[in-house]
Amino acid sequence: MGRKLLLEHINVPGINTLEVYRQKGGYRSVEKALKTLTPDEVVEEVKKSGLRGRGGAGFPTGMKWSFLAKPEGVARYLVCNADESEPGTFKDRYLMTHIPHALIEGMIVSSFALGANTSFIYVRGEMMPQIRILEKAIAEARNAGFLGQDILGTGYNLELYVQPGGGAYICGEETALLESLEGKRGNPRIKPPFPAIAGLYGCPTVVNNVESIAAVVPIINDGGEEYAKVGIGRSTGTKLISASGNLVRPGVYEIELGLPVEEFIYSDEWCGGIANGKRLKATVAGGSSVPVLPANLTLKLANGEPRLMSYESLSEGGFATGTMMGSGGFIAFDEDQCIVRNTWNFSRFYHHESCGQCSPCREGTGWMEKVLHRLEYGHGKMSDIDLLVDVSKNIEGNTICPLGDAAAWPVASAIRHFRDEFEWHVKEPTKALQTNYGLANYAEPIAKAEVTTGN
Amino acid sequence: MLKVEEQQPVSFSPALIEKFGEIVKRYPEGKHKSALLPILHETQAELGWLSSGAMDKVAEYLNIQDIEVYEVASFYSMYFLKPQGKFVMEVCRTGPCCLVGAEKIMDHLEKSLGVKEGEVTADGLFSWRGVECLAACGYGPVLQIGPEYTFYENLTEQKVDNLINDLRNK
Repeated sequence: MGRKLLLEHINVPGINTLEVYRQKGGYRSVEKALKTLTPDEVVEEVKKSGLRGRGGAGFPTGMKWSFLAKPEGVARYLVCNADESEPGTFKDRYLMTHIPHALIEGMIVSSFALGANTSFIYVRGEMMPQIRILEKAIAEARNAGFLGQDILGTGYNLELYVQPGGGAYICGEETALLESLEGKRGNPRIKPPFPAIAGLYGCPTVVNNVESIAAVVPIINDGGEEYAKVGIGRSTGTKLISASGNLVRPGVYEIELGLPVEEFIYSDEWCGGIANGKRLKATVAGGSSVPVLPANLTLKLANGEPRLMSYESLSEGGFATGTMMGSGGFIAFDEDQCIVRNTWNFSRFYHHESCGQCSPCREGTGWMEKVLHRLEYGHGKMSDIDLLVDVSKNIEGNTICPLGDAAAWPVASAIRHFRDEFEWHVKEPTKALQTNYGLANYAEPIAKAEVTTGN
Repeated sequence: MLKVEEQQPVSFSPALIEKFGEIVKRYPEGKHKSALLPILHETQAELGWLSSGAMDKVAEYLNIQDIEVYEVASFYSMYFLKPQGKFVMEVCRTGPCCLVGAEKIMDHLEKSLGVKEGEVTADGLFSWRGVECLAACGYGPVLQIGPEYTFYENLTEQKVDNLINDLRNK
C-alpha cells in the first residue's frame, strides 16, 4: 500500500462534516500555522516539500508563492482553481465532494502564508452540488472559529467565498479564471504582468489548484522535509490520479509518485487491468492535452526500462517517445478504440472551447476538427495527414495561453504514433466506418498473469 | 449568436433580488461586477433561460452596460439564450465518456424524446444536448440536469428510460 496523505480518511463515515474531520486530526495545520509559525515559515515549508502544482503545469508551488508582490497597503488574494475541465480529470470533484474540509483547511493555511484576507474558490458552474457542499463546509468552519475575524484569537482575519464559473474550459487558465471572477468573458490575459504582480482586481494574486492547496495540510502537519521523502526524485509527495476509459476499476486513486505505470493499470490494488478482458492499445496519461502514447511506450521507456508515474518518467523521451504528467487524468483505450475518432473528438472539444482571441487557435482548431471529421467519416485524402501536422505546428507556441498547445499536441502525437491507422482510414474508407483498425503493433504482448504487482 | 427575442415583461421575485444582495456583498467595494456570473445562474434558475429583457434587468441591477451582460451570457456554455425544456438533459460527449458509450446514450435520448439536439419536446418538458467534459470521466456515460446540476452516472439506455419516466411523473 502506498502512503495516503490526502485521502487517508476518505472512507470514514461522516468525514465530510467538520466534527468527524476534526476527530481525524483535521484543522491541526491551522492551529500549528497560525499559532506557531510566521507566514514566511509556512512558505518555507512548502518550498522544502518540493510540491509541484497539481493542476497541470507542475510548477513548484512554494516558488510561485515566493513571487507574490507585497506592496504596503495593497490587498493580496488567494484564488483556488476548482474549474476542473480537462477531459480525463475528475479528482478535484472527488476531493471536494467527499472531504471538502481538506480544501477549506488548506485554503486557510495558504491564505495565512500569503497574507490574504479574502480568498475565493472558483468552482466550475456545473459542479453546483460541490458548490453547495463547500458552502456548507465553510459555514461549519466559520462557526468553529476557523474563518472570519480574529481566527483562533491570533488576530488573523479571513473571508472565504465560493464563486461559480459559467461553463468554459478556458477558465482553468489562471488569467482567464481571474477575468471570469471579475465578471467578464474568460479571455486569457497577456503576460507579463503575472498574477503575482497584478492579478485579481489588479492586486497581487496566487492561483492554485484544489489538490495543491489540499496538499499544504500534510506539509504543514508533518513538515516539508517529511513530505519530500514521499515520492521519487523531484516528483515529491502523492498525486491524485483520475483513471477513466476502458479499465476494470476507473476512479480516483492517490498514488505515491514513482509507481510503475504497469502496476497502476494492471494491479488489483489500482485499476485492475483493461475491462472486458481486452488488451490495452493506448493511453493519454495526463488529461486530454498531453500526447497520446501507444501501449508499449506507456508501459516502458524507449530504452526498455519501466515507465513510472512521475513528472520526469512520464516526460522521459520528450514528445518523441514520452508524454506528460499534466493534471493526472489517465485515460486508457482498449484494442477496439479508434485513434482517429478520438482525436477528432478531442479536436472538437478544443475548437468548442477556444476563446477566439488568437487567430491560430480560433481558426486552427476549427480546421483540425473539420479535417479529422472527414478522415473519420471516409472522405479523407492522404495529404490531409500532413496538413493536420502543419496546422498543429502553426498553432503551437503562437497563442497567448496554452490552450493552443493543448489542442495541437493530441493531434500531432496521434499522427506521430498512429500514422498507419490514419492512412488506413484513407485507403479503406468504407471498412474504417464499419470496423476498427485494432491493436496492430501498438501493444506488447503483456499477459495479465505475467504482471508482478510487488508491494 | 445572441438573438433578440420577443420582449416580454420580466420581473424578478423578491427572493431572487435578496439573493442578488447576498452575492454582491462578497466582493470589495466597487468590484460588484464580479457578481455577474452567479447572478446570471440565479436568474436562469428562476426563469429557465436568459431573455434579453432579463439580462437588461441584471445590467440595471449591477449598474453596468447591457452589452457587458450579453457578452458574458453568450460566452459561457451554461447560459441559455433561448427557451428550453423544463428539464434540460446535458450529456457529456467528450473522449473518455465516448470510450464507454456516450454516443449511444445521445442516440437513445433523441429516439426516446423524439426531438433533435437543442429542440424542446411538444409538452415543453424536455430538451437535451451534448456538452463538453463534465469532469466525471470515471463514471461515464454521465448526464446532468440543471438548475441544481444533479448528476446521473454510469448510464445505460434502461437508466435513461427510467429517468425520463420519473421526471415525467414529477
